[in-house]
Formats: sequence, structure tokens, C-alpha cells
Amino acid sequence: MLGIGWALRRFVRSSEDFFLSGRSIPAWIAGLAFISANLGAQEVIGMAASGAKYGIMTSHFYWVGAMPAMVFVGLFMMPFYYGSRARSVPEYLKLRFDEKTRGLNAITFAIMTVFSSGISMYALAKLLELVLGWNFHASIVVTGVIVLAYIFLGGLRSAIYNEVLQFFLIVLGFLPLVLLGLKDIGGWEGLTSKLTVVATNAGFEPGAWTHSWQYTGAPTSNPMGIEWFGLIMGLGFAMSFGYWCTDFLVVQRAMAAGSMTAARRTPLIAAWPKMFMPLLVILPGMLAIGLHATRGGFLPIGSDGHPNYNLAIPMLLAHYLPTGLLGLGLTALMASFMSGMAGNVTAFNTVWTYDIYQTYIRPGQTDRHYLRVGHGATVFGILASVVAAYAATRFNNINDILQLVFSFVNGPLFATFLLGMFWKRSTGHGAFCGLLTGTITAALHYGLTLPQGAGPGIHGGFLGTALHIYPSEMALNFWTAIFAWTGCFITTIVVSLLTRRTKTDEELRGLVYSLTPRIDEGHMPWYKRPVTLGIAVLVVSAILNVIFW
Amino acid sequence: MMQLDLRIPIGGMFTIFGFVLIVYGLVSDPAIYQRSLGINVNLWWGLVLLVFGLAMLALAYRATRPKPPV
Repeated sequence: MLGIGWALRRFVRSSEDFFLSGRSIPAWIAGLAFISANLGAQEVIGMAASGAKYGIMTSHFYWVGAMPAMVFVGLFMMPFYYGSRARSVPEYLKLRFDEKTRGLNAITFAIMTVFSSGISMYALAKLLELVLGWNFHASIVVTGVIVLAYIFLGGLRSAIYNEVLQFFLIVLGFLPLVLLGLKDIGGWEGLTSKLTVVATNAGFEPGAWTHSWQYTGAPTSNPMGIEWFGLIMGLGFAMSFGYWCTDFLVVQRAMAAGSMTAARRTPLIAAWPKMFMPLLVILPGMLAIGLHATRGGFLPIGSDGHPNYNLAIPMLLAHYLPTGLLGLGLTALMASFMSGMAGNVTAFNTVWTYDIYQTYIRPGQTDRHYLRVGHGATVFGILASVVAAYAATRFNNINDILQLVFSFVNGPLFATFLLGMFWKRSTGHGAFCGLLTGTITAALHYGLTLPQGAGPGIHGGFLGTALHIYPSEMALNFWTAIFAWTGCFITTIVVSLLTRRTKTDEELRGLVYSLTPRIDEGHMPWYKRPVTLGIAVLVVSAILNVIFW
Repeated sequence: MMQLDLRIPIGGMFTIFGFVLIVYGLVSDPAIYQRSLGINVNLWWGLVLLVFGLAMLALAYRATRPKPPV
């Protein structure tokens, strides 16, 4: 089964010119590519781990976070991305602000890709350890070597194409797992009763794992340790808007669409499958923790005394799927880990070589020179990923560390974009200082607070004194994002008002809301307009929130 | 129009996967299905994949046929 997957992937890769032209891409492919860019194994493993650790409140990543953010990017931000001459998010920053803002963004983005790839590496190594019985350290080395070979052999030329294939592979590979697990546990009622045990054992109200809003009155009454305000502002606003609006791996997918309207519709179409993804990724985590609590020791216990939530999906795979279907599930996971890692390392290579090295360190060299630097960057990127992978071993939920990285990078960046796109007075100096302050604020907040039960170090509090203890890692991440966003927002405004504008209205046309002509969609039937689609997405997500209240 | 319709590789891949799983489900030892609650999931899910794969191929085929003159 593995072999077939591999052979087919090779066959598919040879037809690489598919996506480049971007002319007649059906809307559903552009939409799927948009969410496939982040529906990696990382999401599958991380969201399942969160489902086990935090229960159904994890769905807020979708119905409070991703949905409004995707509607916002489609309706309000896509016109600037698509309409400007920018080809990437850092390039937009250069056009709108200045060179140094782009440089700073390039650096933080490079760091983010390394973490992302390291987290995938950790999860893959863990999977190899569990399923094939390899040693963890050996698995890390093997993974690194394979990814290196994959990139050097030119494996990523048609990333988007592969991602759509993998989307189907993941959905169809995991659906039987969810169905079997649900049947075994006795449907939704069975799951609810099992999760009551989980919640009471942890000292919460019986329904804490199966209600997404009911216990958010106070941070201490729900497993995620966050109250409604931190949830909406931290997760919903700063982090999710930051992620979906500024992460260029994601936004670039929509830029490949055929027209402005198609580009705007891309995230709005993508929102539909995304909305139901919790069924596939959070539900298995809840199943795993339910089984763990009632059938004893389903998940292995980590060195911190808690279950290793990251293993929810691998354990379920090994538990329910027989030879045959197990191969399909593993193929789906491994293919997605590999390409996720390769994608991030390649992005690191590109950003380092072209946005940092060529621009600031050694401009004007031959192509051969930059190619060699690029190869070096790839090797360095993989070595740095190994370090990040070991950092990830310290977290019992990879989603915790992933969102931590996002809170540092995307939180402040979103404030910069918001001001850049909607306030023409914001200046390059303002944006740069704001971004820098935002990141420093995030570091200060992270350094001065701790999640409950953790010592100073990688979980925060490294500045010596912990001024505040959050009930969970995730709550700390949300507040880090809120602080980072606020720091960046205020500094950008203050510094902008103190400095002079360097770009004229003419230069900012197409980059700022008030200087960009409105798009006339009056000729389209009402049901085809992006606005209608956006409202429909929001209404259905609101209904889902109420159902699982 | 030399572009490859993405539905062809998707359809092809799942048709093959489905076919292999069905065959394996038919010849495999029933004892291995103890863990999947006694259900022969290879056979049943193989059928689902086969139908999905063929549907994708059918859609792709329909798109290549010339439209009838109006």
C-alpha cells in the first residue's frame, strides 16, 4: 500500500505544469488548495491532541477562529493582495511600507518555518517509533535524511497539486477511523458519558469536555483555562486573523486564482470543508481520551506525568485499523508529514536566500553562488528543525507549541496589516517599530508568565519571576497574542504620527482601502457574490457554535 | 487545452486503492478484523474508495466531451 502511494506520487509529480497557468482552475480546487496548505499531519495530530487535552473547546479554532478570519480575508484583504503587484506577503510589506519592515518579517517568517518543520519532524519520528518500533533519535535522523533527499531531488515543484491529493488522502484515510471509534464507544451519547468521567477526574463540571461555551465564564472552570474574552480576542481575533490573513503559504494559494472575484471566493469556498474538519480531527482526540479514562491506559504517559496527547491519532490507528486500511492511514500521515516538512524547509531556503542573503548580505552575485547558498540553507534548515523537534518533545500537545509560535509571529503582524491596509497615514518607520515592539512584547509576556504546573524554561517564565500563572499552555498562548497585537498596534500608531509619510497617495493606490477603487459586483446574481457567501459561512458557524454550546 | 484535470489522478489513485483493498478484504484472514469490531473494513471502505474514484473519473470524462451544438 505504501509502495502504491509512492509510485502514484511520482507519477503525479511529473505533470507539474498544472497549476502554474492558473487559468481554468475550478473553484473547488483553488478552495481545497487553500485549506490543504494547512491541513497537514500537523493539524491532524495537533488538533486531535487538543481535542483530547481540552475537549470540544478546541472547535473554537474553527468556528470562532478560522471561519470569521477566512471571511475577512476573502471580503476585505484579498482585494489588496490580489490587486497589488505583490507576489508574496513580505513583498506586500515592501510595497506598502519599506524595505526594513519586509526584512524583519522575512526573519520572523524564517524562524516560524523552522519551528513548523521541526514539529512535523517530531510527530513523524514519534509515529515511526510507535508503528515500526524504531528508536526516537534514529527516527529523527532518518526523517532528516529523507527530507533532504526529497528536496534535493526536486520533490516540491508542484506543491499545490500534491496538497489537494493529500487532502483527499487524509479525509478518506481517517474517516473510517472516526466511524469505527464512534461505533465502538456507543455513538455521541456513549462519548458524552465517557467524557463525563474525564471531566470529573480532572476536577471540572461533568460537561466540561463536551460544551464549547458553557463553562467559559471563568478561566478555572474549563480545561482550556481561558474565559470568553481571552478566547474571542486572543484566539479569534489576534491569532486566527493573524494566521489566515498574513500567512503567506496560505494566502498565496488564493493569489493563484484566475480573477479578482475568484481569488476572493477562494477562502469563502474553502471555509465549507474547513467548517466540518473538527469531525475528522477533534473528535478522534475526544474518543481517545474517553477510551483512555474508561478502559485504562489507552495513551502512553509522558515524562511529565500527563498522557502524551500527541499519540491520540497514532494509537487509534493501531487500535482499530487492520492490515490494509492501516496502510492507507499511515500513507496519508507520512505523505503529509514529508511534504509539510519539505514545504517549510523550502520556504525557509527561499526566504533566507532571496529575501535576506541576496537583499542584505551579498547582493549582485552569480546565480550559481545563490544556488550554493540555497543548498546550504536547506541543510541548515533541516539541522535547525532537528533542534525544534527536540523542543517539541517537551510539549504533550504539539498544538500548544505551534500556537505559541503563531502568537509571536502572526499576532503582531496582523496589527501591522490592519493598519497598513485601512489607515493610509501609517508609515514605514511606524510599521517597523510596531512589529519589533509586538514581538518583544510577546517575548516579555512569555518570559514573565507560566502555565500551571510548569517550571521556568521552555514553557515560559524564563525571565525569573512569574507574574501570572495561567491554567494552561493554550491560555498563555492566547494572551501572548493579545499582548503582542496590542503592543504592535499602539506602537505603530504612535510612531506613525511622529514620523512623516514617505509614500504618496499615488504609490499607495491598490494597497490601502481608502485609495483603492471599489470592486463593482452589481452585475453578478446576488447568490454568487462573495458577500453573500461570506454571510452564509458566518451564519452556519454561528449555528454550529449554538449546537455545541 | 493541454492542462491535466486534477480529477484524473485523484480518481485513478482512489480507484486503484479501492480495488486493492477490496481484493485484500476478500482474501484476508477474518481474524484480523477483530480489532475493527468484526467488520471487514478493508472490503467496505475499499468499496467506498472505488465508488469515489470512479465518480471522479466520470466527472473528468464528462468534462472532456465536446459540448453538444446548440
